[in-house]
Amino acid sequence: MNCADPANRYASAALMQTLPFRPWSSIGKKLLNGLTGLLLMLFIAAHLAGNLTLLVGTDAFNAYAEGLHRLGVIVPLAEIGLTALVAAHVLSAVAVYNDRRAARNVRYTMVASKGGSSKQSVFSRSMIVTGGVLLVFLVLHVWQFRFGPSIAEGYVTLLHGEPVRDLYRLVVETFQNPLWVVFYLGVMVLLGFHLRHGFWSAFQSLGLLAPHTRALAFSAGGVVALVIAAGFLLLPIWLFLSADPRAAAGVVMVVP
Amino acid sequence: MTSATNGTRSYTLRIWRQSDNASPGALVEYRVEDIDAQMSFLEMLDHLNDTLERKGELPVAFESDCREGICGMCGIVIDGRPHGPVPNLTTCGLRMREFESGATITIEPFRASAFPLVRDLVVDRSSFDRVMQAGGYVSVNCGQAPEANAMPIGKDVAEAAMDSAACIGCGACVASCPNASASLFVGAKIRQFALLPQGQAERTRRARRMVAVMDQEGFGDCSNHGECEAACPKAISIENIAVLRREYLRTLVRR
Repeated sequence: MNCADPANRYASAALMQTLPFRPWSSIGKKLLNGLTGLLLMLFIAAHLAGNLTLLVGTDAFNAYAEGLHRLGVIVPLAEIGLTALVAAHVLSAVAVYNDRRAARNVRYTMVASKGGSSKQSVFSRSMIVTGGVLLVFLVLHVWQFRFGPSIAEGYVTLLHGEPVRDLYRLVVETFQNPLWVVFYLGVMVLLGFHLRHGFWSAFQSLGLLAPHTRALAFSAGGVVALVIAAGFLLLPIWLFLSADPRAAAGVVMVVP
Repeated sequence: MTSATNGTRSYTLRIWRQSDNASPGALVEYRVEDIDAQMSFLEMLDHLNDTLERKGELPVAFESDCREGICGMCGIVIDGRPHGPVPNLTTCGLRMREFESGATITIEPFRASAFPLVRDLVVDRSSFDRVMQAGGYVSVNCGQAPEANAMPIGKDVAEAAMDSAACIGCGACVASCPNASASLFVGAKIRQFALLPQGQAERTRRARRMVAVMDQEGFGDCSNHGECEAACPKAISIENIAVLRREYLRTLVRR
């Protein structure tokens, strides 16, 4: 039908000339989404490792936090970098989602997966939803801890004789509130969902997988999703149940 | 074509009827009787059309050509799956023994904005042709067939290129993709040439142009669901999509 179209736009001279690499082409978006996703996963892994110092105790966690703040100019650079990563990841994902809506203008009455080697699952189908929840969570989380009460609000402790921000107290107080605990637990389960598809998918988006490495990456994705989610789930539960004596002593829950 | 053990079967078909792309369409229910278990799905539809014509009704429009799984014409969606429930098979190869007698079978056309509907189950897949026109060829003059051992190509490479070249362009990848992406089709076409010496001269242009036209034709973007590989009658691996991304990334640094 369109073959006979005299205005066939693909026989035009413009296309015969060399096209540039387009970062926002369908493939460019996947490369961008995969790369940012992979880097964000590295950040999440490092974040979890740092958070595990909560299990050690007050000083360990505050020393870890203070150690990060001592990095000087690297801190604002890292913050800008992470914000850029999140922005690029979200924008490319939303673009993929929008194209998807346009690419099938009439929907099927009946849809079923063929099974077999298909990687389609509740995890792969819900990426835009779990990603959206994670974005809302991220804003809330940064507002709560990065911009939450600090030394000026009395959240101060002595570390090696120096007054530093008592981030441990803020974390412990937050997770004395069952609502925050439930909220964090729910979001961390969804993080596990996101990583279940996101881990192997990031490698595939970057064109790194052959059939044998795909099987490995897909299996590893399950392990990564479980370990990361379990690690982040452990902390609020641990803090809620361990009933820190300082929090139990009647410190008022501070919601920023 | 008789089957004493299986007997004849009857089915309720819910078939998408639509006179053209501008008119509204709907699922219409038909009853087919006397279906042999060894009949192909298309023969069952032929049988339905025969009865419809005898009654003076318009037959159901569907495409088919070779009826032996290599032309890529007969793609339809059967109970939500392109080419039906059996893996690595085209609709023409699908036999009615796969469906229990008395079953209700829903039949829809391939649905994608880039595959505008022509009539009933027939869609216009010429968007694939235009992607091919953008770079799915080798235009350098290779001269006569060279002496067989002059240009050694490893068996593994030849096999890999052939795996990609097995694509029959049926469009099941697009139809099965939740995003209606053509990445598997384009990936297979690009990898087939990228692996072989004949494809090297136009390698960079090919990747850029075919991706550009794929996007312009309104196919969606890939989300790595991998449904295309499962739906592909030729079991073409999504490794082809990984290669497509590598080949496109390569154009960032190559002319």
